[in-house]
Amino acid sequence: MADSSIATRSPVGRRPGRHLLRLVVVAYLFFLVAWPLYLVGSNAFTDGFTSFEDILTDPDVTHALRLTVVIAVAAVVINTVFGVGISILLVRYDFPGKRVLNALLDVPLSVSPIVVGLALILVYGGRDGWFGPTLESAGIQIIFAVPGMVMATVFVALPLVIREVVPVLQEVGDEQEQAARSLGANAWQTFRRITLPSIKWGVIYGVVLSLARSLGEFGAVKVVSGNVLGDTRTATLVVEEKYLNFDKGGAYATAFLLALVAVACIIVVSVLRPKEER
Amino acid sequence: MSIEISNVGKRFADFVALDDVSVSIPAGRLTALLGPSGGGKSTLLRIIAGLERADTGRVEIDGVDATTLPPQKRNVGFVFQHYAAFKHLSVRRNVAFGLEIRKRSKEEIRRRVDELLALVHLGQFGDRLPTQLSGGQRQRMALARALAVEPAVLLLDEPFGALDAKVRKELRDWLRRLHDEVHVTTVFVTHDQEEALEVADEIVVINEGRVEQIGSPDDLYDRPANEFVMRFLGPVTQLGDQLVRPHDLQLSTDSGDGVPGRVARVTRIGFEIRVEVTTADGQPVTVTLTRNEFLALGIGTGDDVRLRIAPNSPTTAVSTPAQRADLAAANS
Repeated sequence: MADSSIATRSPVGRRPGRHLLRLVVVAYLFFLVAWPLYLVGSNAFTDGFTSFEDILTDPDVTHALRLTVVIAVAAVVINTVFGVGISILLVRYDFPGKRVLNALLDVPLSVSPIVVGLALILVYGGRDGWFGPTLESAGIQIIFAVPGMVMATVFVALPLVIREVVPVLQEVGDEQEQAARSLGANAWQTFRRITLPSIKWGVIYGVVLSLARSLGEFGAVKVVSGNVLGDTRTATLVVEEKYLNFDKGGAYATAFLLALVAVACIIVVSVLRPKEER
Repeated sequence: MSIEISNVGKRFADFVALDDVSVSIPAGRLTALLGPSGGGKSTLLRIIAGLERADTGRVEIDGVDATTLPPQKRNVGFVFQHYAAFKHLSVRRNVAFGLEIRKRSKEEIRRRVDELLALVHLGQFGDRLPTQLSGGQRQRMALARALAVEPAVLLLDEPFGALDAKVRKELRDWLRRLHDEVHVTTVFVTHDQEEALEVADEIVVINEGRVEQIGSPDDLYDRPANEFVMRFLGPVTQLGDQLVRPHDLQLSTDSGDGVPGRVARVTRIGFEIRVEVTTADGQPVTVTLTRNEFLALGIGTGDDVRLRIAPNSPTTAVSTPAQRADLAAANS
């Protein structure tokens, strides 16, 4: 009896520490993430749905929301295609400069988006950019137009797909691909039938993170868009504009819509994702 | 569907995996590539499959130069040590993969897959996922998948290496029987000399990127070409400057010819008795006897005995370190 009570005691002895740790983590997330986000929501609904009616009937705001979606979707498509390609390159092939490339891929996460915006202007700016005047004389406007805004968004969300897909590719290994090749599949068939299904969840998670990040991009887009009302103003720029103009109801309502879409994406994927993965 | 390998060389950075290897693998036989790990045998198999490219030399499959062909154009079946099962596909879809790629009709694929699943005794497991199978079942599935495309040659890379001893033994017998039924030219890599001796028609011994000997299991066991083959294929002991198998040594208590020695230790392992004898020169020699032979001799620790090599036993001379260096220089 004495022995068994001691044996059952040892895990109990560790519990208070674990509870404390859990409490700290929950409190930290509550005060930093959950409570502020909740306040955005509650502020958006202070007058019921009137703020939402106001913004959704304002053609400038609906244009901004539509523009945000178009830019985010375009950026996600580009980042997914190149992200999967770069991941395969990084994991399956050896080439000189691989480590440099790998390090370069983290630059978008570490550099401030404002810097990204300014850098794009230096290269593609229509008046005195390095490449911009050439393009502009060919009739292609990058800066203060949708292409520049897509580029800025692609830039800031670039590593998200790659960082999700690379570990999955490494874990899966290349034996299944070799088996497919030996059974007669060419490179494309191998990719579509074997590689893609086995990295599916990594890609989906990367897409969701990129989508959430792209919807919310502010700094880089603000610099390259020119923030023209009804033309190149995105949803995040609307939030800032409304907030600065003391239209708090409109600002919170728009912010709430942005947060809602992003959070919904992440929740849907974590529910769908099979339990045995990661 | 014979395979002709001529003067194949392969390096990985500074490591020489294969050094001017030439082997010709006859059609319809079961050939083992046998050797220690890191000796280059898997690399050779992967070069035959097209999964690695040889730096130098030529590979011919069924009379066609395959040296630069990509794997999907070689019509080989490859079985991996760790199965390489397509985890997201059912057992049926795994086996059907090569046929689907070849755009065969649904009806033909269904019929062929049924046949193959019956052949590998997985008939009732068709709708399972590979993760729901045991290791042995997964490897049989991989084999059916490789056979589905009717390959010119079937290549197996340590096919039973990841399985436990009992399953390995079963699958080994089963592979031999399967080969007797299907007759496809088969090459398998193993580091287990017992597996090679038991299953193969022909054995290619590969060590340090070079072919040491090619021959039937009997050839290799009875007429080893050199010390390496002698040592690798079974237990050896040294008497004077001769390497000999412990069971090819005879002990006698009379004072006839033979090397005099004294019994230092007697160990019994089941039906086998291992007698360690120290010769008059102080050389330790191991002799294995059956229990009956041992009892008939009536010897024990400390007794004087004479050691003789049984007539017609395979022996090889032991090379001194200096001779080994000469040999290496001559080969390079």
